[in-house]
Amino acid sequence: MTDLVELDGVEKVFDVRRKTGRWRREKQQVRAVDGISFRVPRGEMVGYIGPNGAGKSTTIKMLTGILTPSAGRLRVAGLDPSRERTRMAQRIGVVFGQRTTLWWDLPLYDSYRLAHRMYRIPDARFRENLDRCVELLDLASLLDVPVRQLSLGQRMRGDIAAALLHDPDVLYLDEPTIGLDVISKAKVRQFLRDLNAERATTILLTTHDLTDIEQLCRRVMVIDHGRLMYDGALTGLHEAGESERTLVVDLERELPPVRAEGARVVKVEGPRQWLAFPASASAAPLVAHIAAEYPLVDLSVREPDIEAVIARMYEGPRVH
Amino acid sequence: MSSRGNSVAKGWRAGLGSRALVSMTGEGAFVRLYGVVAAGGFRRYTTYRVATAAGVFTNTVFGVIVAYTYIALWDQRPNLGGYDQSQALTYVWVSQALLMTVNMFGGGFADELVERIRTGDIAIDLYRPADLQLWWLSADLGRALFHFLGRGAVPLAFGALFFDLALPTTPGTWLAFLLAVLLGVVVSFALRFLVALSAFWLLDGAGVSSLVSIAGLFFSGMLLPLNAFPGLLGEVARALPWSCLLQIPADVLMGHHHGTGLLGAYGFQLGWAALLLGAGRVLQSAAVRRVVVQGG
Repeated sequence: MTDLVELDGVEKVFDVRRKTGRWRREKQQVRAVDGISFRVPRGEMVGYIGPNGAGKSTTIKMLTGILTPSAGRLRVAGLDPSRERTRMAQRIGVVFGQRTTLWWDLPLYDSYRLAHRMYRIPDARFRENLDRCVELLDLASLLDVPVRQLSLGQRMRGDIAAALLHDPDVLYLDEPTIGLDVISKAKVRQFLRDLNAERATTILLTTHDLTDIEQLCRRVMVIDHGRLMYDGALTGLHEAGESERTLVVDLERELPPVRAEGARVVKVEGPRQWLAFPASASAAPLVAHIAAEYPLVDLSVREPDIEAVIARMYEGPRVH
Repeated sequence: MSSRGNSVAKGWRAGLGSRALVSMTGEGAFVRLYGVVAAGGFRRYTTYRVATAAGVFTNTVFGVIVAYTYIALWDQRPNLGGYDQSQALTYVWVSQALLMTVNMFGGGFADELVERIRTGDIAIDLYRPADLQLWWLSADLGRALFHFLGRGAVPLAFGALFFDLALPTTPGTWLAFLLAVLLGVVVSFALRFLVALSAFWLLDGAGVSSLVSIAGLFFSGMLLPLNAFPGLLGEVARALPWSCLLQIPADVLMGHHHGTGLLGAYGFQLGWAALLLGAGRVLQSAAVRRVVVQGG
């Protein structure tokens, strides 16, 4: 399979001047991205997550060619982004949730007319893509509305359409669902799923909303302090994060905390008790043990919250 | 590496079509793109109708005030700057008509560009497959056309109706005037583009921009025709780029430049336009390099 995005040991170091005295300024180096390597094959949807300041945006900026790496090798669709920025712009689509590419004072359609000319899209292709976006993103009634009058969700859908009219091979989405309500989020996610399935568009998704990741991406990369902490399947995150599942048992009556190997009671509320056990372990022997030793009425197993998993990962030991 | 890139293009049917067309219609596509940008620049101002009407009213009122001031002045000093009274009044109304068109106060797109640099929205402009300077020039030409029609025509017609103006009767002179205005707009753009780009280094362009605004107001001849400036000050003022904005178009309209003199006036405007646009390009590539390498 072809790798559309390739990073080998990519670094980005910024010089930051810091005031250390009245007149003195000290030059400091900040390693925003500190040796990241990964590959994204065509048609994959990848989540790229990390806390604020982890280096996500810096990575996206390097991938779009508006920042050059300080070291390492970077290719998008076979091109060196910062050297061949204009050529590469034809191959990528970018949506920044917090910024807009649309013409603020003008009707939405004017921005699409602009994209038509800017990306030199053949007329038939432009019509076809626009019709498709208008239909799937529910834009028909918005085309004549000035962008400044659109709601956040409408504007975001408008921005996504603007990024796709030229059939980009790679789509970067930076917080595409930020500030959207539940219905708008669902619309955007469904659209991205369809796009990925029909056009095999490679999608790199940056988000703080882990539901986006859970619903869209099979693969997730976690970045912190400019380093890749995890790269793999979403399910594998649990093991990497040493996450725990929770077994909730309802007993016949109030009893002292249950004793079972490989699990510990984290909460007791009347006859109900909560036991935590490693997510990688099977629940079966634990359930069998409790059923044999205690008057068990009911039970349920709760999967770990991915948010908690990642939070634990961020809090993990750091190299300074 | 390039073979891998090619295989991507072949496999991706949809993308191939659009890329194949790029080489076919290079120049046409170029004109169309910046044509759309200019049209957008025009249209965005048409959406603010009340502001336009208020602006026209203001221009007209100021025109009347300045006109009576000039009448008083020219009564005392006939032929000041080589203008008779009706030429002086023509100058007043042309200056009101061109005030917004050539953006003598500065600001306009420059404030927007500075704001985009400050907030980082400039990143969006940079990953577009379009040239930053041409993009903003096109948008500003669209805006200028709107302001010429929307803010210029009414004050000039009002002045012509209620004052004795020395307006040309031959269409050729009007056409020559339009060309001079166009060149004035380009020079004005080039100046403000330079100022706006300084925000890449200063982050807050307000200081430079207000300094240049004041200089522009004075040296464009908005307060008094540059012809009336005495001695060395007048010579310097007439040699500066701001004289391209109002003084030259007004003189062309009043038929002060003929034949080679007219070509000389255009040449002067073109020279400044080329010099300032060139400086803008140099500064732009330095700014882009700074952002791209240092992260702004």
